[in-house]
Amino acid sequence: MWRTATVVALRDETATARTLALAVRDWPGHVAGQHVDVRLTAPDGYSAVRSYSIASAPDSNGGIEITIERLPNGEVSPYLTQEVMVGDELELRGPIGGWFVWRSTQMEPIQLVAGGSGIVPLMAMLRSRGSASNSGPFRLLYSVREVAAAFYRDELAALSNQGDSMAITYAYTRVTPTGWPRPAGRIDGSLIASVTWPATLRPTTYVCGPTPFVEHAAELLIATGYDRERIKTERFGATGERK
Amino acid sequence: MKASLSYVDGNAAGELNTIFAVDITKAKGQCANCGAKAQFAEAHVYTECPGLIARCASCGHVLLRLVNAGERVFLDVSGMTYLRFER
Amino acid sequence: MTIISRGFTGRRSGADAKLPPGQYLTTDFPVLSAGPTPRMSLDRWEFAIDDSRNILKRWDWKSFRELPTENFTVDLHCVTRWSKLATPWEGVPLDILLADVKTNFQYAMFHSYGDYTTNLPLKDVMNKQAWIAFKYNGADLEPEHGGPARLLVPHLYLWKSAKWVKGMTLMPHDKPGFWESAGYHIYGDPWKEQRYSEE
Repeated sequence: MWRTATVVALRDETATARTLALAVRDWPGHVAGQHVDVRLTAPDGYSAVRSYSIASAPDSNGGIEITIERLPNGEVSPYLTQEVMVGDELELRGPIGGWFVWRSTQMEPIQLVAGGSGIVPLMAMLRSRGSASNSGPFRLLYSVREVAAAFYRDELAALSNQGDSMAITYAYTRVTPTGWPRPAGRIDGSLIASVTWPATLRPTTYVCGPTPFVEHAAELLIATGYDRERIKTERFGATGERK
Repeated sequence: MKASLSYVDGNAAGELNTIFAVDITKAKGQCANCGAKAQFAEAHVYTECPGLIARCASCGHVLLRLVNAGERVFLDVSGMTYLRFER
Repeated sequence: MTIISRGFTGRRSGADAKLPPGQYLTTDFPVLSAGPTPRMSLDRWEFAIDDSRNILKRWDWKSFRELPTENFTVDLHCVTRWSKLATPWEGVPLDILLADVKTNFQYAMFHSYGDYTTNLPLKDVMNKQAWIAFKYNGADLEPEHGGPARLLVPHLYLWKSAKWVKGMTLMPHDKPGFWESAGYHIYGDPWKEQRYSEE
């Protein structure tokens, strides 16, 4: 069930994160929110498998994009973000996941909450919304260490400036821009209460990021009255790398 | 005992989907220990071990164990009273 | 046909060493766990030897640390194929813990804080083959590596070296523990590549 993917383009998102555009043989298509497993094999047969969320909207050309954050002690992410070249081949399994997905037939208010690299599958949802011309109302709360750590900043700014019911709030945990109204720190109850959809609108919520972030964010949402059954979560593990 | 947060969740179903003909992330299950019913995608999944272990998010009981033993796969689902799949 | 990834070697050293079949050398110390890391406070820690009916011996942390210890350096072989050589530990030999224990039983099930278990023949944890280790590389054993104390049985695959060990139950017949009942080999000799169950 492993398919061959060829790297057709590379794009740096931040100093430590890179997007790989892949052409995948016999790609069956995907839904926003799904991920793939990537397998690397060394010449002596040693192999490593990691999961990466698909960043791109579904398209009919058999291509997908994945965005990888380079982890300091990573075994696979340094290779994917620094060694891989256009023309290289990778093995992929997927798409995986039928629960943490957004389909363009959904019209209810959507609340997205991203911690660090958890933005990737949520970006696929935003891109999917765009390419399907879905105008359901979306809000995104994106928690990152600092401005330079955020992925897709320009594209997100363009989306929220279009004025078609899509709003973004950034939360910085380590370093804020000058004059930023909120001091650096983890997201908390008052931030959630002020920038997310009111619980009475019964939004469908997607929370994604490192496991501690997801547990914390989900607890805060439930405390403001969000229905547990309507919160979908995807945990990336302690450090944000999923294996 | 304070737990560490080093698990992922049942969305990480790549291995499991090679065995089940349907998508396990869309399944709902009942924990055989505490009776909690939840989406399999919400289970606490440990993949950093010689196998895959899914634990109940409510009580920590082992729901499922998967071991890839070369040409064979061992699967133990005795920690769940049932798994209900959507087609 | 598997695609070889150009230039990928993984987190491994290229050093030439005699390793059990199918193993790769690693220079870091991977953490593998089937569940959350137990955080055990020393004032509640204990190690007990029982035979299912009676507790035969029991130590709390204070009495355990009064026992004679050894510094020893051993190679570790994990069934997930990494091997780490010449790892330095300090611990109490099982020979000392079992010194006054009289039993006809020939097997033991080791239990850990959390729900982990692993089975071993008693003869494999005696005669200088096993320790309860509490220091690694000169420092207190970290929780993620099994601290405050773990079993170490380096001649078998590392899943037999139960982290967060809290006791052993002597038993007359061999019974599979956590991984042994999930598809791993009942004994686990890396030199015979006994990774998986023969079921």
